[in-house]
Amino acid sequence: MGQRVLLIEDEPNIIEAISYILSKDGWTVHTHSDGETAMDKVLQGVPDLIILDVMLPGRSGYDILRDLRADGVTASVPVMMLTARGQAKDRDMAERLGATHFMTKPFSNADILDCVRTLATS
Amino acid sequence: MAERVLTGTRVRNRRLDIGLRQAHVAKAIGISGSYLNLIEHNRRRIGARLLGDLARVLEIDAKLLEDETAASVLGPVSEAAASFPGISVEDARAEELVARFPGWAALVAAQRARIIQLEARTEALSNRLAHDTQIATSLHEVISTATAIRSTASILAETPDLDADWRGRFHTNIDTDSARLAESSQALLGFLDMEMEGGGAQDASPLEQAEAIMAQNGFYLPQSETAEPATFDASADKATHAILTNWAQGAARDAAALPLAEFMQAARALAFDPARLAARFQVPLDMILRRLTHLPASADAPLMGLAVCDGAGVVTFQKPVLDFRLPRSGAACPLWPLYQAMSQPGRALRRVVRLPGAARTPFECFAVAGAVGDVAFGAEPRVVATMLVRPARTNETPDVVGPGCRVCPVNDCAARRHPSLL
Repeated sequence: MGQRVLLIEDEPNIIEAISYILSKDGWTVHTHSDGETAMDKVLQGVPDLIILDVMLPGRSGYDILRDLRADGVTASVPVMMLTARGQAKDRDMAERLGATHFMTKPFSNADILDCVRTLATS
Repeated sequence: MAERVLTGTRVRNRRLDIGLRQAHVAKAIGISGSYLNLIEHNRRRIGARLLGDLARVLEIDAKLLEDETAASVLGPVSEAAASFPGISVEDARAEELVARFPGWAALVAAQRARIIQLEARTEALSNRLAHDTQIATSLHEVISTATAIRSTASILAETPDLDADWRGRFHTNIDTDSARLAESSQALLGFLDMEMEGGGAQDASPLEQAEAIMAQNGFYLPQSETAEPATFDASADKATHAILTNWAQGAARDAAALPLAEFMQAARALAFDPARLAARFQVPLDMILRRLTHLPASADAPLMGLAVCDGAGVVTFQKPVLDFRLPRSGAACPLWPLYQAMSQPGRALRRVVRLPGAARTPFECFAVAGAVGDVAFGAEPRVVATMLVRPARTNETPDVVGPGCRVCPVNDCAARRHPSLL
């Protein structure tokens, strides 16, 4: 089994596309689309990498990131934030809360793949 | 600043430029050569009639020979030169340019004025694009859909051996998303058209300018904790400055009643619950709502936004959070607790709401309305509503509130004022 990535995103067709390209690259992809229960999902089986959307139903990605960094079990898991907002203040917020990488939508598949591979080996 | 270009000098320069002799010009307008010489050396004033005659012979608009006209052109020409520091211009010869080529100089001045006007318009539009909830919601929808299409299309293009089932699913996804993109982009375009026609792209109001400065400060002034007067950029206009000063004074009053260290200790102990904090400190609820949203970044408090409106429903202050931001006036959804509180002064409201469509983060809202300022017999009270908004951490089913009727997809809504563009 390859390394596990948890994709927390609420757009079903983005989930399907990212899941496909990561699976094809050898990753075991788990997905979740609800912000409120995202931490429960993470703690059910801590992944090697988390891709986390900012705008989620139930709870914002920023709040989830804050909890991930506060929990000793998940504090060191690399987190790539995805957002349609590319303003400096959003990037600053993500960095301040401990995001490992920040990617603005729309992105290319190659960007996602490169980033995931880099984070997995860092 | 360069000295004014005198009329006589311009007459002389113009005459030389078009190759006329002094005697020829003097004869043409019926004066002596020596008198024209005195004029050209600015030793005689020129009357309007003589100036008109000179302009006719020199084949130039008389206004371009006048002192005031030249002075009004010289300033913008110098500003135009200063605004492009990377281009080396002959600063010392600006007067000469105005005198010898008044038409070209007037063109440079007009272009300078036009650039200033367009820059102001661009900045106003940029601010609107960055802060308007309705535009932000529509743009989020467009970008999310474009992301799905781009990613899926790349898979189809770059994977020639794609399994037939996957191929079919991805084709279906692109079909669905492209239809969604067409609708959302049309809606966005329609909305922007309406904004342009309706004057939505006008320059930022004093309130918007003040809010931009507050945002630059992170909606927090360290001076408010120590009762030191806050100072703001003196270049802000009077109205903007007054709004900022009122804001700073209000924040200082709240901070004096709720000292930072004590307040943060209690806030953490009481899970940032506004009602329990109001009871703990024995202060009005609206003061707690304001204090919770005026904390330093170092306090590491949860994300919280604030909106304050007056009796006319005009938002007089707001600190946006995530995709929460109310339109300034008129276009907001009346289902926001802020407006419901206004109809029930004194009653504290708590509701969990969410926006429809792609931005679905539920918000926990706390709102209350009440009179502010001194109360006097016979005087109309000034009532304001205050609402704190934060991402919800509860399992409650949120009520749907719109960003505004124009871009709200909820059709079955008793509060709808007019059809949605969506």
